[in-house]
Amino acid sequence: MQNFSVVSSFPLKPACTFTIPKYIVKFPPLRLCSRLHTSSLTSSTMDPSPLTIDTINPKVLKCEYAVRGEVVTIAQRLQQELKDNPGSHPFEEILYCNIGNPQSLGQHPITFFREVLALCDHPFLLDKSEISCLFSADSIRRAQKILGLIPGKATGAYSHSQGIKGLREAIAAGIEARDGFPSNPDDIFLTDGASPGVHMMMRLLIRSESDGLLCPIPQYPLYSASIALHGGTLVPYYLNEATGWGLDISELKKQLHAARSNGMSVRALVVINPGNPTGQVLTEENQKQIVEFCKKEGLIILADEVYQANVYVPEKQFHSFKKVARSMGYGEKEISIVSFHSVSKGFYGECGKRGGYYEVTGFSADIRAQIYKLASVNLCSNIAGQILASLIMNPPKAGDDSYESYLAERDGILSSLARRAKTLEDAFNSLEGVTCNKAEGAMYLFPQIYLPEKAIKAAAAAKTAPDAFYCKRLLNATGIVVVPGTGFGQVPGTWHFRCTVLPQEEKIPAVVSRLSEFHEDFMNQFRD
Amino acid sequence: MSPKALDYESLNENLKKAQYAVRGELYLRASELQKEGKKIIFTNVGNPHALGQKPLTFPRQVVALCQAPFLLDDPNVGLLFPADAIARAKHYLSYTSGGLGAYSDSRGLPGVRKEVADFIGRRDGYPSDPELIFLTDGASKGVMQLLNAIIRGEGDGVLVPVPQYPLYSAAIALFGGSLVPYYLEETANWGLDVADLRQSVAHARAKGITVRAMVIINPGNPTGQCLSEANLREILRFCYQENLVLLGDEVYQQNIYQDERPFLSARKVLMDMGGPISRELQLVSFHSVSKGYWGECGQRGGYFEMTNIPPRSVEEIYKVASISLSPNVPAQIFMGLMVNPPKPGDISYDQFVRESKGILESLRRRARIMTDGFNSCRNVVCNFTEGAMYSFPQIRLPPRAIEAAKKARKVADVFYCLKLLEATGISTVPGSGFGQKEGVFHLRTTILPAEEDMPEIMASFKKFNDEFMEQYEDHRGYSRM
Repeated sequence: MQNFSVVSSFPLKPACTFTIPKYIVKFPPLRLCSRLHTSSLTSSTMDPSPLTIDTINPKVLKCEYAVRGEVVTIAQRLQQELKDNPGSHPFEEILYCNIGNPQSLGQHPITFFREVLALCDHPFLLDKSEISCLFSADSIRRAQKILGLIPGKATGAYSHSQGIKGLREAIAAGIEARDGFPSNPDDIFLTDGASPGVHMMMRLLIRSESDGLLCPIPQYPLYSASIALHGGTLVPYYLNEATGWGLDISELKKQLHAARSNGMSVRALVVINPGNPTGQVLTEENQKQIVEFCKKEGLIILADEVYQANVYVPEKQFHSFKKVARSMGYGEKEISIVSFHSVSKGFYGECGKRGGYYEVTGFSADIRAQIYKLASVNLCSNIAGQILASLIMNPPKAGDDSYESYLAERDGILSSLARRAKTLEDAFNSLEGVTCNKAEGAMYLFPQIYLPEKAIKAAAAAKTAPDAFYCKRLLNATGIVVVPGTGFGQVPGTWHFRCTVLPQEEKIPAVVSRLSEFHEDFMNQFRD
Repeated sequence: MSPKALDYESLNENLKKAQYAVRGELYLRASELQKEGKKIIFTNVGNPHALGQKPLTFPRQVVALCQAPFLLDDPNVGLLFPADAIARAKHYLSYTSGGLGAYSDSRGLPGVRKEVADFIGRRDGYPSDPELIFLTDGASKGVMQLLNAIIRGEGDGVLVPVPQYPLYSAAIALFGGSLVPYYLEETANWGLDVADLRQSVAHARAKGITVRAMVIINPGNPTGQCLSEANLREILRFCYQENLVLLGDEVYQQNIYQDERPFLSARKVLMDMGGPISRELQLVSFHSVSKGYWGECGQRGGYFEMTNIPPRSVEEIYKVASISLSPNVPAQIFMGLMVNPPKPGDISYDQFVRESKGILESLRRRARIMTDGFNSCRNVVCNFTEGAMYSFPQIRLPPRAIEAAKKARKVADVFYCLKLLEATGISTVPGSGFGQKEGVFHLRTTILPAEEDMPEIMASFKKFNDEFMEQYEDHRGYSRM
């Protein structure tokens, strides 16, 4: 029952004090072209203007997201300058290695998926005999099947707030085939990318600053940003760079107990597997330890598994956390797990489609009802993204017309990613003072750079973090855009940057040589 | 025994408080009945394609070609797609770096934002800056982003019309703010009275609330009224005097069913008023591909346009948008096509106009059919649907019905709507989901069922209603609220 009476009297909250964790890069002003509007001083003598930097929600101010932060903004400016004035910089193009956005760097989409999507977008085509010359037979059949799952075949209609039932059934079947354990379509929530699902979980779990979430350091800054935005506290656990970014349970225990003794209610553990930015693939043994730990401590596992299709080393394999838990005999009563997946990564790389889902297990019905309610406020996720999510979990199989070409495309992309990961890893390791762990999976390398004292002083003088200083120099010299490690978190006093392995294979030698040349110049300038 | 990781008590309270009736109790019950085999007519949400409205052909052709660019290289493509759709697909693909599968700029593709700005310029007669236009996954996401930026805590209030589209009440609850209601006057065609606004604000301030923003929905949802120019001026002046940012939900701007009050954007009226207000009043306007005659709800395409928002605030809003990386690219193309449709002379122009006009004219007829149909029912009074997609009849429930509802532990209009659902399969949303004056009951239905089904639906409703009234009416009569 709606209650529209005005909230009764209460004291105004005092201004919140909060600390910005040291590892978060400050977000700088954008140069926006805004000739038409000037900032205003209100003519009223009442409270300050509603939407100014002083009156905006402080949680918005607090959150940071370096992946599209400062260095990228500079890169965009340089790109514009190159466009307006070719030759104005010592490089021909900006190479965006800051973001896991494969198709922007030339990776092709999987043909079968695009065929199905096009037919679903314009079902009128399915009545035309001519399409048999343009579309594979199984893509036509799949489009018809998918449209049959949609009420009225209306891809332009809002669907069920969790996503179209038939598509969730396909995804559940895919999960079951992958894991060997059952999956319930009603546990699945389709979202506009995996990120909104993460936000929903934060909304669910965070009541105040006293609610903490354990997050790996380094982490993909969606987690730190969304925790800040929702007013919670990030409880860091450090991955061990010396052991290939290993996850030590002793570190988890230490951090958990420290947080609890500070009065924090730690609610969940975020684990990114394969890791971002770190690229490690957890061993099954490690995963079992994590499951055991979370069960014992009453923590929800938030498993970011979006890179599950990106594993480059034969000695490692992806295992979903749900599978590991179930194989240990733990069911919904023993452990709560939320697993996130996305169409943006893998070998399909369909970032722009905003497709993803999360699977929720181990929550009671009344909590599930709240999750549903939250999903319903936004009505539903985009239908094309839903269709794509069902396709990645249910791709062409042996015997299907498109199977051979699908395999060729998939394996071509994956083997190329593995090669590029190795080439760049070796290149980084060959640089003076740089060490780089192997990228077992995901799409990134996260080399550690030793920055001489002179460089650190220069950075301080430029009022910028040392790794950001390095990255900006790199950008200005080579056009290569990477993200400073402070954006992800790192052990204090160490410096890193994240670089994707995504530039096209033909460009990699040039990237390596430009980078090496720059690094040598940099070290010549700043060496102790 | 493991400690419980999450129990209901330890959930975020704001989440528990938030309600969204559009997909609440009635909808869930209707879905259950549908599963049991009952024929349900879903009129709970503005979802045109779900009720048989066909997508416009041209945009679907363009987006299909963008999805599968290999088609563009095929010599046979001209057999299936008109030349202007092919050209337009190439045009939109050229805006992207990598096609539909790459994250765009977090604000949306610059090329599409420029087209949106041009559209706004043509519509209003004043230039609009693409840098201040952010594309979003549906207008709802944009509303949530702005409210999140505005609301710092429960001390912050947002003026919301009653009745309102419950995205606003839900979002305010989720963000821990305070909803400050202002009542639309049903007897004055859901008109807005500035004196009432002033009173609502004064009342809120007396309780220690800082009123920060005002929401207008124009055309209204669920009420459908189109604001007059005079009314818009009053509202703008009021927000300026009271230091409020105005949030203008204008997603139904194409859905106008009368000629006395065509759509006027808040921005146009603001600019017409000249300085200093036109340079200082903070305004954010929202639009969507889900409504109008497009009805492409499933694409999740929308935008918001900021006026007089300081650059540093814009940067912060950008920063939050960047965390989600980018809005979905296919919907951005739908948005481009919506603001930049086929022109006279284009191959697809005639078909496009025919399809669009067909939909709009039918909506206009259905608005009338429904209004008249409701007004012919016992104890039902219904304002004409001037715009948007809904009808919001007032149901004058007799005291005995209200008692029966209490006994069944249901809100009175929920009780009525559930009975309506069970009897006829018509799934509506009770007025309590939108807010209404104490003791006055409504339901919201859409005007979207197919025109040929309308007479039967209205007859079915009338039969149920008149029988309901017969059953519960006390023959001593009842007092009007």
